[in-house]
Amino acid sequence: MQTHTYPRLRAVLLRVAQAIPVVIGVVIISFLLTRALPGDPAVFFAGAAADEASIAEIRVALGLDKPLIQQFFIYVGDLLQGDLGQSISSGQPVASDLANRLPASLELTLTALVLSCGIAIPLGILAATRPGSWVDHLCRVLVTAGVSLPTFFTGIVLIYVFYYLLGIAPSPIGRLDFIYLDPDRVTGFYLIDAALMGDWETWIGAAKQLVLPAITLALFTLAPIARMTRAAMLTALSSDFIRTARAAGLSNRKILYGYAFRNALLPVITTLGMVFSFALGANVLVEKVFAWPGIGSYAVEALVVSDYAAVQGFVLAMALLFVALNLAIDLLYTVIDPRIGFAAK
Amino acid sequence: MTDTAAAPRVHPQRKLDHLVYVLRANPVTLLAFVMFALIVLSAIFGPALIPYDPLATNAARALQPPSWDHWFGTDNVGRDVFSRVIVATRLDLSISVAAVALSFVVGSILGSAAGYWGGWIDNILNRILDTIMAFPLFVLAMGIVAALGNTIENIIYATAIINVPFYARLVRAEVNIRRDAGFVRAAKLAGNSDARVLAMHIFPNALPPMMVQVSLNLGWAILNAAGLSFIGLGVRPPTPEWGIMVAEGANFIVSGEWWMALFPGLWLMMAVFTFNLLGDGLRDLVDPRKRT
Amino acid sequence: MLSVQDLAVSFKTRRGDVAAVRGISFDLAKGEILGVVGESGSGKSVTSYALMRILDAGGAITAGDITYSGLDLRRAAERDMRDIRGREISMIFQNPRAALNPIRKVGHQIEDVLRQHGRATRYDARAQAISALEAVRINDAEARYDAYPFELSGGMCQRIVCAIALACDPRLLIADEPTTGLDITTQKAVMDLMRDLIRAREMSSILITHDLGLAAQYCDRIVVMKDGVIVEQGDPVQIFAQPQHAYTRKLVDATPRAGESIRSLLPPEDRRDLVDHMVQDAPLLDVRNLVKTYQGKSGPVHAVRDISFVIKQGQSVGLVGESGCGKSTTSEILVRLMDATDGEILFDGDDIAAIPAKGFAKNPRRSDIQMVFQDATDSLNPRHTARHTIGEPLRQLGKLKGPALTARIEELATLVGLPLPLLDRFPHQLSGGQKARVGIARAIALEPRFLILDEPTAALDVSIQAVVLNLLVDLRAKLGMSYLFVSHDLHVVRLLCDHVIVMKDGQIIEQGPASVVMNNPQDAYTKALLAAAPKPPARRQSA
Repeated sequence: MQTHTYPRLRAVLLRVAQAIPVVIGVVIISFLLTRALPGDPAVFFAGAAADEASIAEIRVALGLDKPLIQQFFIYVGDLLQGDLGQSISSGQPVASDLANRLPASLELTLTALVLSCGIAIPLGILAATRPGSWVDHLCRVLVTAGVSLPTFFTGIVLIYVFYYLLGIAPSPIGRLDFIYLDPDRVTGFYLIDAALMGDWETWIGAAKQLVLPAITLALFTLAPIARMTRAAMLTALSSDFIRTARAAGLSNRKILYGYAFRNALLPVITTLGMVFSFALGANVLVEKVFAWPGIGSYAVEALVVSDYAAVQGFVLAMALLFVALNLAIDLLYTVIDPRIGFAAK
Repeated sequence: MTDTAAAPRVHPQRKLDHLVYVLRANPVTLLAFVMFALIVLSAIFGPALIPYDPLATNAARALQPPSWDHWFGTDNVGRDVFSRVIVATRLDLSISVAAVALSFVVGSILGSAAGYWGGWIDNILNRILDTIMAFPLFVLAMGIVAALGNTIENIIYATAIINVPFYARLVRAEVNIRRDAGFVRAAKLAGNSDARVLAMHIFPNALPPMMVQVSLNLGWAILNAAGLSFIGLGVRPPTPEWGIMVAEGANFIVSGEWWMALFPGLWLMMAVFTFNLLGDGLRDLVDPRKRT
Repeated sequence: MLSVQDLAVSFKTRRGDVAAVRGISFDLAKGEILGVVGESGSGKSVTSYALMRILDAGGAITAGDITYSGLDLRRAAERDMRDIRGREISMIFQNPRAALNPIRKVGHQIEDVLRQHGRATRYDARAQAISALEAVRINDAEARYDAYPFELSGGMCQRIVCAIALACDPRLLIADEPTTGLDITTQKAVMDLMRDLIRAREMSSILITHDLGLAAQYCDRIVVMKDGVIVEQGDPVQIFAQPQHAYTRKLVDATPRAGESIRSLLPPEDRRDLVDHMVQDAPLLDVRNLVKTYQGKSGPVHAVRDISFVIKQGQSVGLVGESGCGKSTTSEILVRLMDATDGEILFDGDDIAAIPAKGFAKNPRRSDIQMVFQDATDSLNPRHTARHTIGEPLRQLGKLKGPALTARIEELATLVGLPLPLLDRFPHQLSGGQKARVGIARAIALEPRFLILDEPTAALDVSIQAVVLNLLVDLRAKLGMSYLFVSHDLHVVRLLCDHVIVMKDGQIIEQGPASVVMNNPQDAYTKALLAAAPKPPARRQSA
């Protein structure tokens, strides 16, 4: 065992270190995006109703009169203090706005991902073990149709069917109907907070609101996961080592789960990174459709009123969140794959 | 078994035969080809064939459900939804084709250079791609359009930028695995320069998987552009565009006027579905083993 | 013990059913080692999968009976088969590294089998797995228990696969090309180990191989398969001395052995007179103190350490060694695809090592130095026809076009024995031997003075290898080229080369005239290499 610990640990540290240049790149790009605004950024940051004096004031306040490099360091300095600027629409610091709304987005995205993994992975396995069967065909149709669905359209259709036609879904506005009080904020996840309070009525209310947007998002992410699971399982099942296991008389269960699935999991985990990217992007659209008070709808509202500090803060926050998720995925990969940390030959 | 044993006979129209064979074996791909042709035709001739002016308002006929006069109904200011849906085809298709073409060219050049020469070119390219991929791609597109300005060109640039990593990585991988292949070394021995080996011997072999990617990406680019205009970026009303039309229709769905959102949404879905089916079909054509 | 009667196996494909095995019958006695020999596509592997009932999807036994100790294996329930596999009948495969689960410790993989068949409990599984490792002569079994396959060498992986197969003391072991891809000394070690274990445990065994010489050395009886049928069976000495079937005769002829001429690899009717090639005293290539060091992940790798040798005009030099000995690096440097770290390569007196590989395409020497690559499939551009491929150097370096180009391409095709109608085919429409001919035609298109042959027959069946080797000998006599023949197969080198260089760990450990090195090796490693090569029994006296 001794020989394994050391290179594995080094691989983990190396992977964490590799995130640093990416974060730097992300910061540079988001800085460039704030400075790339056509015309005078101060005019944009001041908003539509600003006069000459306030524009000049904002220019100095933003440091736009200084050279670009210096502006960059001021930007980084502000970032390090958690300062993403002021939102003109809410009048609050962008950072605190985002922090307030982030749990709503995370609750939605994570619920959707758990839902889609829970369906897609078994579906992919079933399709791979029974090629040509109805499960396989269902999987193919779902996979191709799933990636073709515009999330915002799916959401609208679901609202029409379940809210307007059937009346079984609550009104698609926000995280909780007006009749309930928001649960005390502990994690910001309503389901968890309500459960912590023991307020099951609120919990059910929150869950009802969550179902449709989560399904919308899950439908979109289902396809890539199911597709990858199926392909990875097919590859694993046709490998030489599966033939060895069969020739050694191992049970089907052991072969399928102990041998094939654990190997197939590796590419599936890699795909999860891409799926997260899609999910976070689609999240914006779903939040708009369901008036979900997360950071996505915050950014959309900010776009409408040209509140650029808020939009850029949102882009940066999403990128950092995604970098963190990818890091987590890669570390998970390191745990599963013993080959990580050794020179690939 | 001697080494002069007959290999399969060669027909001059072998590729065409194979195409016909694949289409016959897989009617879904045939359907995709037909739908693709319909989309292209409506993009070209649509504006000339539609029954109503897509921009003409008519308050007297607002919010009418589908009928013989208005197949897809009318919207809240009385415009014909069918005409608008058809006219929008050209715009949505042009955005995605332009964006995909741009990223194909840029991605191929960058990816080929990185895959063939490796070293610092490869390192720098990988850093840049990692940084682009570090953003949730739709969010990055939002940021780019918001920063560069709310125009159709910027939608194209933004979509192209977020697509570049896919092409660059694919080409890089395809070039890299062939960099030391026997036929590449043989081409060098035959007196080809590096650039010529890359352009004439390696890159053409990377094309089939690239075409699959192009087809899948076209669908994704349409989704992306429609998504951006859905949240109010890029294309502005009253220009007919699927994303905007769904966004406008969304306000009426809770009161039961389903047709305003449904038809543009369905059309959008069909277009994306077509490109995805086409991509899968091409994948079969290119390599039947990779069927997933 | 095992009896196979009229076994037939077919596979469902897009083009309908394809019969892979067409009615074969054989018996296996207790304690017997049976060799099943055939070239690619003969159905020998499929036969073994059918015995175990582990055919790939789409494959099915369509007729016949398999009886094992009175049990009907063809009709046994899947549940019963699972008990038989691993406990009664075990199997080991080619490509041992891929045959092991890459992300599971090898010890656990052995335990899985032991526990599946109730041979071990949770408490003693570890101890049992370690003793299974010790049984296949793995040193430090305790430490190897925790190893993953990627940490082990190919030979070590094959021992682990053996350990898995033998863990439950099966009575029959089926080995499917167990040593293909392994170095020759490793091959001998693995084969000796398997034979010893089989004899010690009084097991029966079926060895499936393409190598008639190997089968003859280790088997009690041999079955020769071709196109899904058995063409001949008998004991090895008899098969070699008096092959009955024409195909067996061809295989026996094509199996290289000591002390014969290269023509004897061919069927008697194809043996034309050998034209001697002229070796002059003037050196064509003088390699002095060649060094290649490159930066690896863990420090510098010394691929080639200070080697020197001379190739005379018209001479054929064999470069022999096992994988990783530096022979491929050396040939890459000589053909000027790679730059040396240090040293000189005097070609006709000019130091070509001083010209960077990057710019060598424009050097007039380019057309003098050419190469035939190891894998004919890999070395042909899949998008170019044979005509295009052969014409490539003629267009680029020879500046030929139009009718002159066509004429030269057709002349070359005739020279290498490639029928002209095949010129317009793509590589996937050609057989292995045809692809090899295209590669050779391309290499000799500019009439190079020095040709490097990098294991040109490694991927070919023996009967085709025999034809290609003879073609190379004829071309040498006709065109007066010097050869550097890179190979791991000593028998082949002996047949083709005047001079032999043996490499190990980047150094030349022995070189000299082929007859001297082969018959009277000085270095212990050369001796080991020669000893490890299978020695087929004496062949019939041909007319």
